[in-house]
Amino acid sequence: MKGEHIVELTKDLEDMLEGKYGEGASLALKVQIGIGECFDAPRMVPITNSHVALSNQEADLWFAEKMAGLGAKTKISPTVNPGFCLAYFTDKNMVTEEEAGHMRRTHEAYKALGCRLTYNCTPYMDTNIPFPNEIVAFSESSATPYVNSVWGARTNRESAQSALCAAITGVVPEYGLLLDANRKGDILVEVQARMGGDFSFSLLGYMGKKIGPGIPVFVGLGDYVSPEAHRNLGAELNTSGAYGMYHIVGVTPEAPTREAAFGGKKPARTVVITDEDFERVLETEISDPGDRAIDFALFGCPHTSTGEVRYIAGRLDGKKLAVPLWIMTSSLTKSNAEKMGLLDIIRAAGGEIVEDTCSDQPCWHLYKGRVGVTDSPKCAYYPRKRGLEFVIRDLDACIDAALKGEVK
Amino acid sequence: MSAGTFSCHKISEGVGEGEVIISKDEIMFYLVRPETGEVIEKAHDIEGRSVSRKILIFPGGKGSSVVQSDGLYQLMMRKNQPAAMIIQHPETVLVAGAIIMEIPMVDRVDPKFYEAVKNGDRVRVDANSGTITIID
Repeated sequence: MKGEHIVELTKDLEDMLEGKYGEGASLALKVQIGIGECFDAPRMVPITNSHVALSNQEADLWFAEKMAGLGAKTKISPTVNPGFCLAYFTDKNMVTEEEAGHMRRTHEAYKALGCRLTYNCTPYMDTNIPFPNEIVAFSESSATPYVNSVWGARTNRESAQSALCAAITGVVPEYGLLLDANRKGDILVEVQARMGGDFSFSLLGYMGKKIGPGIPVFVGLGDYVSPEAHRNLGAELNTSGAYGMYHIVGVTPEAPTREAAFGGKKPARTVVITDEDFERVLETEISDPGDRAIDFALFGCPHTSTGEVRYIAGRLDGKKLAVPLWIMTSSLTKSNAEKMGLLDIIRAAGGEIVEDTCSDQPCWHLYKGRVGVTDSPKCAYYPRKRGLEFVIRDLDACIDAALKGEVK
Repeated sequence: MSAGTFSCHKISEGVGEGEVIISKDEIMFYLVRPETGEVIEKAHDIEGRSVSRKILIFPGGKGSSVVQSDGLYQLMMRKNQPAAMIIQHPETVLVAGAIIMEIPMVDRVDPKFYEAVKNGDRVRVDANSGTITIID
């Protein structure tokens, strides 16, 4: 088996594997051929767009520096995820010299690779929107399902590293969600729970254990789902499970009808989601108990949209926060918020908008052992490893809590 | 004395031998303590138990496209990664992680293996030849 590959390569890719385009490109292609073999991909196909879930964690830096060190350059320049905002957090003395040095190295490695340094985990909302049927390589929990389900582009659920390999080689193995037959739904999810806004979509996404593996087809969600609700649904589906794609009948482009969503097949199983499911998951699995004092509020996992910043500013206008309130977003949204006068309103209340920053980063260690509020189960899930605890509530309840210093 | 050899399909090359631990739940390696290999995810099937140098049998990976690899990397740096992984539902994130970190991983295992194997068995996974052997 060793040294052989069943994935058919063009002459150019054979040359790449042999090292004609450098050691970095050769290694990237070797990794992708391994992935292709796993999934019985017959060949490699070109991509025209990519998003790499940079994370500024040790494995991320190790692999990016390894590739940059081997002289790799991205053929398809990808957008990238946030780490933390070096300028802001070093200026405020919120990170150690070692942590700042790590972020600086991450920045330099991705710069050397020729990436678009957008530092934003919601590129599908404004900066990197693929076309329908475009073959792309998107990593990042919420980005993969969004570009497949909402934009109708085609990507597998790439890891940060496999997406970087694809950006370097300019190709991906052809399997999975790249093929028509594999984009049909398996699981009928009847939503009977009351859907009260974008937060409900976070809870719905957190039903991964009950939904089980496959492509879910949601019914009962009305005929309009906001961009933020899609973002939340995808982010939480990929916190509670592993989903490359979903359909919402009457909403997403490959699901005009239930029949189309399932490709004429019968669903393998049916799952019913009720208010009790939401309450059980919120109270027993993901949130700390309420009725307590809190130390901070953290929003923007995934990154907050301009519409949400505007909403938060409206709620804070002329008021004073009892605890710090942080909004994580892209530099683009922050710049919009500044021009719109929203940043001034939020700062006057005692809040802050930080760009290029993720919740799962060392810059938040001042809140180690503290309890915050957030509207994102994903925000509560990963930073647990860093000792941050969260009570999860909808956005309005979180803002109320930040104004009072306690949460219901 | 061999208690049986079963066929499987290579995902990530290599050979690993060790004690079996079976998880009914999918695994997010970021919520595994790097220093001990202990699963720290709340309400997980193998919460509180270690995957370090074990033959880890589980359905597949789940969660973030970012931190899954970091979890494996942190375990690898401390030599607490599984000796080999046997899965049922491969997905790209875990597959890429296993290949890059060079941890043997297989799928498409003969169903009879699942009937025969139990926690604590000693098992050898040879991804290169596509075989799993229950040693005792």
